[in-house]
Amino acid sequence: MSFLQNLWAEQKAAIVTVAVALVAAASCVKVVDEKTQAVVVRLGQPERVVNRFRPDVEFGQTGAGLVWRIPFMEQVVEVDRRILDLDMERQQVLSADQRRLEVDAFARFRIIDPVRMVQTAGTTERVAEQLQPILNSALRQELGKRTFGSLLTADRGRAMEQIRAGLDREAREYGAQIIDVRIKRADLPEGSPLESAFTRMATARQQEAATLRAQGQKTAQIIRATAEATAAKTYADAFNKDPAFYDFYRAMQSYDATFSQKGSSTSIVLSPDNEYLRQFKGK
Amino acid sequence: MTGKKSPWGSGGGDTPPKSDGGKPQGDGPTEPAPPAEGPRNPWLPPQAADAPQKRGPNIEDIFRARKGGGGGGGGGKGPTMPRLPQRPDGKSWAPVGIALVIAIWLGTSMVHRIAPQEKGVVTTFGAYSRTLDNGMAVTLPWPIQSVSVQDVTSIRRESIPEGDGEKLMLTGDQNLVDLTYLVRWNIKDLKQYMFQLAEPDQTVREVAEAAMRQSIAEVTLNDAMGSGRQQIEQNVRDRMQKVLDAYRSGVSIQGVDIKKTDPPTKVVDAFKDVLAAQQDAQSDINQAQAWAQQLTARAGGEATAFDKVYEQYKLAPEVTRRRMYYETMERVLSKTDKVILETNNVQSYLPLPEMKRTQVTKPAEGGN
Repeated sequence: MSFLQNLWAEQKAAIVTVAVALVAAASCVKVVDEKTQAVVVRLGQPERVVNRFRPDVEFGQTGAGLVWRIPFMEQVVEVDRRILDLDMERQQVLSADQRRLEVDAFARFRIIDPVRMVQTAGTTERVAEQLQPILNSALRQELGKRTFGSLLTADRGRAMEQIRAGLDREAREYGAQIIDVRIKRADLPEGSPLESAFTRMATARQQEAATLRAQGQKTAQIIRATAEATAAKTYADAFNKDPAFYDFYRAMQSYDATFSQKGSSTSIVLSPDNEYLRQFKGK
Repeated sequence: MTGKKSPWGSGGGDTPPKSDGGKPQGDGPTEPAPPAEGPRNPWLPPQAADAPQKRGPNIEDIFRARKGGGGGGGGGKGPTMPRLPQRPDGKSWAPVGIALVIAIWLGTSMVHRIAPQEKGVVTTFGAYSRTLDNGMAVTLPWPIQSVSVQDVTSIRRESIPEGDGEKLMLTGDQNLVDLTYLVRWNIKDLKQYMFQLAEPDQTVREVAEAAMRQSIAEVTLNDAMGSGRQQIEQNVRDRMQKVLDAYRSGVSIQGVDIKKTDPPTKVVDAFKDVLAAQQDAQSDINQAQAWAQQLTARAGGEATAFDKVYEQYKLAPEVTRRRMYYETMERVLSKTDKVILETNNVQSYLPLPEMKRTQVTKPAEGGN
C-alpha cells in the first residue's frame, strides 16, 4: 500500500487543518524586506507604514520582516526603499551666450513619505514619470542662465545644487526626496557646433605648428649669428696683435690658395724688376 | 527500432517510468508497428496486447493502466494520485522521497560555505540580521532566514565606454578629447551595497561618467592629454567616492585609470603636424648648432695657428718674413706657367686676352 495513500487516509483531517491554517497564516502575513517599505491600506485608507526610511536607523532595526495584516480588509502596498534612478532624456540646452549643449543628466531620489507617494502617484515609476519633465525644464532653465564656459567648469556644481533644490521642492509633493542631480554628459551637438569646434581645434594646432617652426628657425639663426660673432672675436683678438704681419701672413695663405691649386692653369708674367727676381739679377 | 525489446522488459516495476519519458513518446501511440515478440511492457494494460506495440509508456498510458487495474497492482484506489513504484520489499518510496527532499532543503538552506573573498548577508524574513564572514555558517532554514553571498574583495572593473567607439569630452578650454578609462571598485559594506541602491552597478558607472566629465572640464586639453593625467585620475576617484559615500552605497572606488587620451579623429592630423613641427624646429636648431661648432672651431684653429707663427716671427721678424715669402712664391710659381719679360717692350706683344688679366705679379710685389 502506498505510504501517501495511507497517510492521507489516516490523517485526512489533520492534513486539511494544517493546510487551511497555512493558507490563513499566509494571507495574514507578508514579508517586507530591507529594500522595501510597505503601506498597509485598510479598506482604501492608508493605515500604517512599515519599515519607513529613516536615515539614522541601521539595517536590521528598521522594522523590516513579517507584517501582519487582516485578510481581505488590508492590503500591503510595497514601495521601494532604496535610492532610485531618475534618468533624464538627452536634450539640448541653450546657454546664456546662445551656444547649444547636449546634456545628459540623472537624478537620484528616494521615497521618504510612502503614504503620500501611494496617494499621489501610486507607484515609484509614476513618480519618476512625473518628475522627469520637471527635471528637464529645471535643467534647461538653470543652465540657460549661465554661459557656456561656466557650464563646463566650477559653476556647474552650483547649478546642479540649484536644480536639485528646485526639483526637491516638487518631489516632496510625491513623498520623494531628491538626493542628487548630476550632469552625466555635456556634449556639443552633432553638426555645425561640433564641426566648428573641430575646425577651431585644427586651426589652433596649425598655428601652434607654425609658431614652433618659426621659433626653431629663429633660434637657429641666433645660434649661427652668435657663432659668427664669436669667431670674429677670436680672429680679431689673435690678428690684432700685429696687423701688418697678419696682412703678410694672410696674403701668403691667399696666394697659396689661389695659385697653387691643383689643375690651375694660371700664367704669370713676371717683370725682371719684380721683387722675387731681385736675387735673380744678381744685384 | 520498433521491433526491439522494450527497455522495461526485464526491469520489472522498480524503475521510475518517467525516467524514460522523452523518446518513446515521440513514436506516438497511433503509429502502427509490428507486434512485439519479447516480454511485454508491464506498464501497459493487458488489453493493449492487441493494440500497436510501443517502445515505452507515456504518462497517459500510466494513468490509463491504473484505471484498468493492470501493471503494478493496487490500481483503482486513488483515482488521480500518481504513485511511485514500490521498493523491492513492497514498501513505498514516498517516505524516502519526502525525507530526501526535506534533507536537501535543510542542507542547502541552513549550511552555507562562504569563500575567502566573499561575504554573506543573512536576512530573517527579509530583515537584515547579520553578515557572514568566510567559512562555514549555519542559519535557520529557508523561509525563515536566507543568505545572499557576494564577492566583496575582488576588484570589479568598469570600462567606460564599453565599446571601442570615440568618446568625446569637453575640456575646460572648450576643446574635445577622446578619452577612455577604467574604474576599479569593490564592495566595502555588503549590506549597504545590497539595500541602499536600486541599481548599484549602474550607479557606479553614472557617477564615474559625471565625475570624469567634470574633472576633464576643469583642465585644459594639453593637461588632459599630458601631464595632468594622474591628477585627473585622483580627482575622479575622490569625487566618485564622495558621491557614493553620500549615497551610502557601500562601494569603495579602488582607482580610476585613464587608458587613453587622444585628440578626436577629425583633427588628429593637425595634432600630428604639431609634433612634426617640434621635430622640425629641433632639427633646425641642431643644424645651426653643428654649423656654429664648426665655425668657432675653425676660428679657434686659425687663431691659434696664427699665434704660433707669430710667436716665431717675433723672435726673428725679417728672416721669417723672407722665408715665408720665398716658400710661398716657390709653391705658387712652381705650379704656374711663368714668363719673364721686360715690361716696357713687351706690352704690345701680348695678344692673349687672359694674359691681360694676369697682373698677378702685382701682389707679389705687394709682398715686398
